[in-house]
Amino acid sequence: MNSITQDNESTQEQLDQIKTQEGVSITDHDDTHTEHHHGPEKGIKRWLYTTNHKDIGSMYLVFSLVMFLIGGSMAMVIRAELFQPGLQLVDPHFFNQMTTVHGLIMVFGAVMPAFVGLANWMVPLMIGAPDMALPRMNNWSFWILPFAFAILLGSLFMEGGGPAFGWTFYAPLSTTYSNDNTALFVFAIHIMGMSSIMGAINVIVTIVNMRAPGMTWMKLPLFVWTWLITAFLLIAVMPVLAGTVTMVLTDKYFGTSFFNAMGGGDPVMFQHIFWFFGHPEVYIMILPAFGIVSSIIPAFSRKKLFGYASMVYATASIAFLSFIVWAHHMFTTGMPLAGELFFMYTTMLISVPTGVKVFNWVATMWRGSLSFEVPMLFAIAFVVLFTIGGFSGLMLAITPADFQYHDTYFVVAHFHYVLVTGAIFSIMAGVYYWLPKWTGNMFDIALAKWHFWLSLVSVNVLFFPMHFVGLAGMPRRIPDYALQFADFNAIISIGGFAFGLSQLLFVVVVYKCIKGGDKVPAKVWDAAEGLEWEVDSPAPYHTFETPPKIKN
Amino acid sequence: MTSQGKLIRNLAFACIGMFAFAFALVPLYDVFCDITGLNGKPSLEQAKVSETIDTSRIVDVGFITHIQNKAPFKVSADQAVISVQPGAMSKVVFKAKNISSENRMMQAVPSISPGLAAKYMHKIECFCFNQQALAAGEEADLALMFYIDTALPIEIEELTLSYTVFDITQSGQMGSSQGASK
Repeated sequence: MNSITQDNESTQEQLDQIKTQEGVSITDHDDTHTEHHHGPEKGIKRWLYTTNHKDIGSMYLVFSLVMFLIGGSMAMVIRAELFQPGLQLVDPHFFNQMTTVHGLIMVFGAVMPAFVGLANWMVPLMIGAPDMALPRMNNWSFWILPFAFAILLGSLFMEGGGPAFGWTFYAPLSTTYSNDNTALFVFAIHIMGMSSIMGAINVIVTIVNMRAPGMTWMKLPLFVWTWLITAFLLIAVMPVLAGTVTMVLTDKYFGTSFFNAMGGGDPVMFQHIFWFFGHPEVYIMILPAFGIVSSIIPAFSRKKLFGYASMVYATASIAFLSFIVWAHHMFTTGMPLAGELFFMYTTMLISVPTGVKVFNWVATMWRGSLSFEVPMLFAIAFVVLFTIGGFSGLMLAITPADFQYHDTYFVVAHFHYVLVTGAIFSIMAGVYYWLPKWTGNMFDIALAKWHFWLSLVSVNVLFFPMHFVGLAGMPRRIPDYALQFADFNAIISIGGFAFGLSQLLFVVVVYKCIKGGDKVPAKVWDAAEGLEWEVDSPAPYHTFETPPKIKN
Repeated sequence: MTSQGKLIRNLAFACIGMFAFAFALVPLYDVFCDITGLNGKPSLEQAKVSETIDTSRIVDVGFITHIQNKAPFKVSADQAVISVQPGAMSKVVFKAKNISSENRMMQAVPSISPGLAAKYMHKIECFCFNQQALAAGEEADLALMFYIDTALPIEIEELTLSYTVFDITQSGQMGSSQGASK
């Protein structure tokens, strides 16, 4: 991050140079403003006390990378145990903790903070704002996260172990049958939820109030649009998650009976409340990905995004529909036919706006002048592989078929296609797209291409065979399996190890890029559009202190 | 208040509102299930006696019991399945035994499958309406009197009444200082 801290004089000079070179329409900075252009503090205080959206964005991204590696190493434990049938490496209780904490870390620690980090970095740059609207709350919403995950990970080392009831913490597994460390899980979730809610409020207030003059709603970059809608989803459902874990807490420790039939409660109700949160949550993890891909594909197709307005409306429809499909996770709980049909049709309806998006991306590429830089490679892989995940989701939506697929590896294959090759690939695409802007250096392209191709091949070796073992009946979350699944599981595990190791390349690429590399101009990619390419590379510590003029 | 302040305040209220909504889902869920009869939860209130009998069809009613958490009881119906005409009153006796050496309180929680049949099952008398006190080793005959509503949809030809039996000794009888934590 040293490169960000260069002094203002040279920043201002470079800015002027670029303006004369490229005729960029940024309003001139008044000379009297120069005294406000102070750089960041030195040392640890810079990071502890910072209210700068770029610093906080960087911290979120680094944090999520660390969590991605921790959650990934848990996946390695899972795949090592499943390499062969029988129990060899870990005991089943620890295996359950690994599947549970892997899920929690990846959802709340890797994907969501990564998107918040990207939002922090890019939303103010994209709308021409000097910073986020609530910078101190921004600092706080980041700094409570490490504590949440310290509590969660710490519980793994305590007597009785960490949470072992699946990331969905169904009652009564999390109430009657869980150990006393469940309270730690509950508090960790509460803190993560607070962090997400504060982040979401910040994003909404920033986008609503701090757009540069002339940045009308239908001129917003799609990343900003998708994040705005995501933030509303977060505000609607994270409090419901907080309510759910609170009910688990009081059921377990204070004698209430929300989910306990003995006291008049109902364990099935847990699933309704949880998935009322849970289904919008999965769109929280994919809508910003749509935004990132919608930024990248036009840039490397050298065309405008096809169907901008339909993209916005499709995103909003997906967000709305996400609230009325939750029970498709619960087809096997004995719902009446009318309920199963309702949730089947609403779920299938989601494929309409999602299809609009996929066709728009393809139409953007159609007859475009494509070039295959690393961000574009990840974006194209996203479109193809996310669509595979979407199709398996459509299969799962068919109620009678779901009775066979429910709780098998088919489901695991489905949500890893949408979350790994969907959300994670889009985050990587976004990082490769904007990393030169953040650091001022081009990353090692050859190494990044190795990272892409190794990831692409290994992720399919990892997740594609899961469809088949799932259809053949291998259940999720079990440390052992029938002998007939042995060969496929060995292949899956090899794919898993290869994918895990490939991500170390990503760490190397990012580290090298921060340390140095070929200097890049303000407009890193020649056909990229958006205000973020009109500020210097690396992006100065303070940007858009006077709002830019928006071109028509 | 600035427009930004108002927006922040509204968003904060929305969060608090959604937190409350999560808890509001609990009674809403019960009301919804009560109206639609979707979750197989039968009514725990005594029904009125039936006035008509539908002699044109016969419904099989099965009885199963499930002991939760190794509660020290044995409970079973004297007949596993009976055939009844809708509207006709039936009586089934359940034998319940406390197999522990302590006095215990028992609570049976009924559930009906298919769920939609729940609101057509009318109980005149049921041991599930009350807690049952069983002394150590005591055996008791517990009665269930019910009839099936003549309005039962024609496609439902059999239904199952399942009782889940809980040991509620700690919370029900002794009032307990040790109750909550385990």
